[in-house]
Amino acid sequence: MHFGPHLLLAALEGLVTSAVLALTALGLSLVFGVMRVVNVAHGEFFMLGAVLAWAVSTAISGHPAIGFVAALVIAPLLVGLVALIAERLVLRRLHYNPEGTIVATIGMLYIIQQLALTFYGPEARPVEPPFSYRILLPWFGYSGYKLSVVAASAILLVITWLVLTRTKIGLIMRATQYDRETAQAFGIPVERVYAGVFAVGAMLAAIAAVLIVPISQAHYLMGQDPLLLSFIVVIIGGLGSLRGTVVAAVLIGLSDGIVSMFFSPTLAKIIATLVVAMVLVFRPQGLFGTTPR
Amino acid sequence: MRDASPAKTYALHIGVIALLFALNFVLPDYHQGLFARIMTLAVFAMGYNLLFGYVGLLSLGHAMFFSAGLYGAGLTVYHLGWGVPEAFVAGVACGALLALVIGLLALRTSGVAFMIVTMMFAQVFYLLILYFAAWTGGDQGLVIQQASRVIAIGGASFDLTNATVRYMSALALFSIILLVTLAVVRSRFGRVLVAIRENEERTKMLGYDTVANKLAAVVASGAICAASGAAYALLFGYVGSGFASVQYSILPLLWVLLGGAATTLGPLIGTLFMYYVTDITSGFTSAYLLIVGVALILLVLFFPKGILGSIRERWLGWLP
Repeated sequence: MHFGPHLLLAALEGLVTSAVLALTALGLSLVFGVMRVVNVAHGEFFMLGAVLAWAVSTAISGHPAIGFVAALVIAPLLVGLVALIAERLVLRRLHYNPEGTIVATIGMLYIIQQLALTFYGPEARPVEPPFSYRILLPWFGYSGYKLSVVAASAILLVITWLVLTRTKIGLIMRATQYDRETAQAFGIPVERVYAGVFAVGAMLAAIAAVLIVPISQAHYLMGQDPLLLSFIVVIIGGLGSLRGTVVAAVLIGLSDGIVSMFFSPTLAKIIATLVVAMVLVFRPQGLFGTTPR
Repeated sequence: MRDASPAKTYALHIGVIALLFALNFVLPDYHQGLFARIMTLAVFAMGYNLLFGYVGLLSLGHAMFFSAGLYGAGLTVYHLGWGVPEAFVAGVACGALLALVIGLLALRTSGVAFMIVTMMFAQVFYLLILYFAAWTGGDQGLVIQQASRVIAIGGASFDLTNATVRYMSALALFSIILLVTLAVVRSRFGRVLVAIRENEERTKMLGYDTVANKLAAVVASGAICAASGAAYALLFGYVGSGFASVQYSILPLLWVLLGGAATTLGPLIGTLFMYYVTDITSGFTSAYLLIVGVALILLVLFFPKGILGSIRERWLGWLP
């Protein structure tokens, strides 16, 4: 292949990464923005989504599309339930103290990872894509499923944005984010909002995982890279800023796809992590964020 | 801070060291080896405690200081054929230098940003070890041969692979660091650190240079953790990238939380307790990480002050 088509392929791969990353990072960003909780277990909710997707799609026989659609509905709901229980039992009792919740979510990370290893095993297992249509470009054929992942992610992002800016639920969430105590004084059930946000954050990660699992397989350690990349995206985009998160996800996803196609992936990760650490040191509000109140 | 009774405090610490010395002659072989490892890693926990317990800075990247010592000592022995004492000094120097650079950068942030920044720097360090696998051995690691783990002083030579020599070396390092930490936290510098933890703005207003004090604490903490890493490489003869992974940044936090943050003996108790819990449970389950996870959650929920912290609060107010 010549350089041009090669670059196009890298960009397409990067776009798929961006799409999944944007959803995962959005979940992390929502939780941090509204609750001020850094959820270190976020990557494990992602992994749990993928593993449950495998479990659901293998339990259902028939056309792969039926199993996939069932997984897309059931897996995020179960993950949301797990998150809800974790929020009730642990985070609420810690009064959402930033340092306590970090330690507690590290604990959740280990628990979920170990349970996945025990019950699911160390193997990587594939999920069949719901359809296997290939789009033929002049230079190479490209999986239609991968492009549909990008479309699905874009639709979900738009829906989240509409909910946040155009509905009463979004208004309540933004009010809680802006000033917790005043919101409570105006009769907003802050604890219910927190529980809901934590569950939705985890569900977004789970949906992203179900979408990616037909492309890359389900594995009990698959949560680590998305966690780090989501952190990077949320920091670059500005903690708690939705628009920044999406822009940063596209930026990071594309550059990750392109850089790791031409250079060593380890070197790409080193550079990306170092750049982000420096952004956080010298510009803590992120590239698109506003200074915190 | 309470005006602690120095005689009682020093008697307690000397007593603990004497007890550990006596244990060498009583413990069965297996537990003797385990204790040597625990004492070496307790030094890591003490270094972490200096920063987390006394200054209140929660770092999620201390694995990089530990492994800076580990590789600083291990690589100079492996590639340059240095002797044990020089390699140990090289390891500590690597850790202190790295801590100085990281401190200058990371201390510009605070709170959650500090945790994430330290975690990211540690991740970069980990990836660099993997990237330079030609020298570091990557995730396979390197084994340091017995021949290069012998200290020759005058006419006598000490073989660090010998169980008793290894135990005594670990005990010596542990005792020195324990007494140094005790002296530091009782000193003027230690009190300034606690003042920063309690109220940084007020400390600054009283005329203390809080940034310089915090930087000094980061360097001291990094150097102690590196000493632990260097000792680990030389005593147990193995360096590997696993020691630089996120897990080894979490473990000292767990040990310190369990034993009691801002207590001098807490790190030892936490390390000892966790090691034996893991050792006993590994008899009937391989789910070691599950225990770590459950322990972390139970600790922050019910015992945020840890074992010694709770004892100090209830009964022994004079504990340092």
